[in-house]
Amino acid sequence: MSGTMFDRIWDSHAIADLGEGWSLLYLDRLLVHDLSGGRAMRELAEKGRRVAEPNKVFAVPDHAISSAPGRTEHTYPKGAALLASLRERSKAEGVRIFDIGTPGNGIVHVVGPEQGIVLPGLTLACGDSHTCTNGGMGALAFGIGSSELVHALATQTVPQRRPGTFRIRYEGVRPAGVTAKDMILAAIGRFGAAAGTGMAMEYAGSAVRAMSVEERLTLCNLSIEMGAKTGMVAPDDTTFEYLAGRPFAPKGATWDAALADWRKVPSDPGARFTRDEAIDMAELAPQITWGTSPEMVSDVTGHVPTLEDTVPSRRAGLEAALRYMGLEPGQKIAGTKVDWVFIGSCTNSRLSDLRAAAEVLKGRKKAEHVTAWVVPGSEQVKADAEAEGLHHRFREAGFEWREPGCALCVAANGETVPSGARCVSTSNRNFVGRQGTGARTHLASPAMAAAAALAGAIVDVRSY
Amino acid sequence: MEAFRIVEGTAIPLMEANVDTDVIIPIQRLVGSGREGLGEFAFERRRYLPDRSDNPDFIPNQGPYKGSGILLADENFGCGSSREGAVWALMGMGVRCVIAPSFGDIFFSNCFQNGLLPVRLPIEAIRRIAEQTEESPGNARTTVDLERKVVITPRGETIPFAVDDRKREAMLDGLDDISLTLKQADAIAAWREQDRTERNWAWESVV
Repeated sequence: MSGTMFDRIWDSHAIADLGEGWSLLYLDRLLVHDLSGGRAMRELAEKGRRVAEPNKVFAVPDHAISSAPGRTEHTYPKGAALLASLRERSKAEGVRIFDIGTPGNGIVHVVGPEQGIVLPGLTLACGDSHTCTNGGMGALAFGIGSSELVHALATQTVPQRRPGTFRIRYEGVRPAGVTAKDMILAAIGRFGAAAGTGMAMEYAGSAVRAMSVEERLTLCNLSIEMGAKTGMVAPDDTTFEYLAGRPFAPKGATWDAALADWRKVPSDPGARFTRDEAIDMAELAPQITWGTSPEMVSDVTGHVPTLEDTVPSRRAGLEAALRYMGLEPGQKIAGTKVDWVFIGSCTNSRLSDLRAAAEVLKGRKKAEHVTAWVVPGSEQVKADAEAEGLHHRFREAGFEWREPGCALCVAANGETVPSGARCVSTSNRNFVGRQGTGARTHLASPAMAAAAALAGAIVDVRSY
Repeated sequence: MEAFRIVEGTAIPLMEANVDTDVIIPIQRLVGSGREGLGEFAFERRRYLPDRSDNPDFIPNQGPYKGSGILLADENFGCGSSREGAVWALMGMGVRCVIAPSFGDIFFSNCFQNGLLPVRLPIEAIRRIAEQTEESPGNARTTVDLERKVVITPRGETIPFAVDDRKREAMLDGLDDISLTLKQADAIAAWREQDRTERNWAWESVV
């Protein structure tokens, strides 16, 4: 027994040992979205089966829904059909749906924690790779494919192979301008986009303990960009305070029982991890990606690598990335002209993200040539932000204040960054074509994105 | 699932790292579409020129590689999005086996759900297959044999690979997981019964 939080949750959910490291895992919660949820439930019906435990399944349409102000489900007609199918199947199966425009809707990985659906010590799966976000609550949360989703709906279980464990300890005090997003991007840059393959990440250390829940969710969100199965942060009083009173969190005596269990979730002090690394916070600076993989990242003060900096087997990849991004080897990153700014996505669309971006604006206006969008992560985030007047501050700076959803992060809703345009985005993937054919994505924190909108170029937020 | 036993052909040397599932199939092609008909959109953004003719620079388009069933890649193939459409698109373009040093975890699982075999080999072995293929692409045959768990390179070198027995057997027979899991229905029911007593809070809050 290695005593890690991950192994503890895994072992307590393993119904059967299937051999060779495989277990049949019980799933405490299952989340579905519009892109695959309706289809998965239809497939299930075609197999003559029903959803095994509908009260543990939550449907949250988010992917193929327009984020345009005043949108309806018909604004993006291809998405309307998916939503209709999700609604129809959810109703037929008795699955709760947080429909668009109603309280509780938003990006599925924003909604889970916000509604108290995800709790410490639980297992959770969703047909989306960024399900690892929910590990910020101290849950074991991972993404699955559509076939696995059908299996999960039919049985409330899924066979999985136990990954190894990889802990990153962030030690020290966070320097100015460094956010959770910078911390995880720096780790991906240091260890590589495949470092977490076959691993469950645990993020620990003094800088993580000092984080808010929303920051922990951001940290865990990019675990998949390191290739990891999941990312987790030990639940603590910060987590418990966040959860108290949320709609699906336990109440009264049940809360007390839950709390007693939750306190046993964190890794033992002497827990052994397959891999253990430490990052000194003092070394970190605001990050910005320059390439087409999240590992192609640098301090904002840095330069694009040269061919000589790069191992021979990766030079062709570097050249292809820079060609796509319209950058030169060795070029200084700051000062690169930006056309678009997107603040949103399951990485960085929560209230604290929007506050951080608004804080940078300080009454200033975006550069004229920049198109700047803010897409709040959920109806709740939107309402909370509007109650503080954040929407006015964004609008006064020339940003569009839009409706909740995945929007420009995955571009599955008809919204894209034009070909050749350069976008500083608070999302999680800078892949070729991710934000639209030919779109050039630079990943950064909300504060860095806001600063880029003001300057019309990539800039160091610390000088803004 | 399509059963898989053996595949032979010219291996396509797409020796790139971090080939993500967005590149394999753009999300726009998956909105409202099913499993069928995705083959023509596999690698769409790299595979075609603006006039929709084949891009001759894209290796899988080149003569002997076109339509081949074996794809070679560098590390972290299929990283990123969980979209199973990436597997459907690859199979739609004729790929039945991808050989790489490592794979995105979710893509790796999705492969086994559909009958696309992901084979992990050391990068040196993959480079050898690529080199032996490139010497004479028209005649270079690579064989991937799941029954024997070996890859046979164009020059006849036999390289064993590891695959979980559980996954191998399901793939050889084309079996899906649901029927296997439902054999455990009693164990699941017993587990639930006990959990409901021990961890009532995890049940009560979503009743």
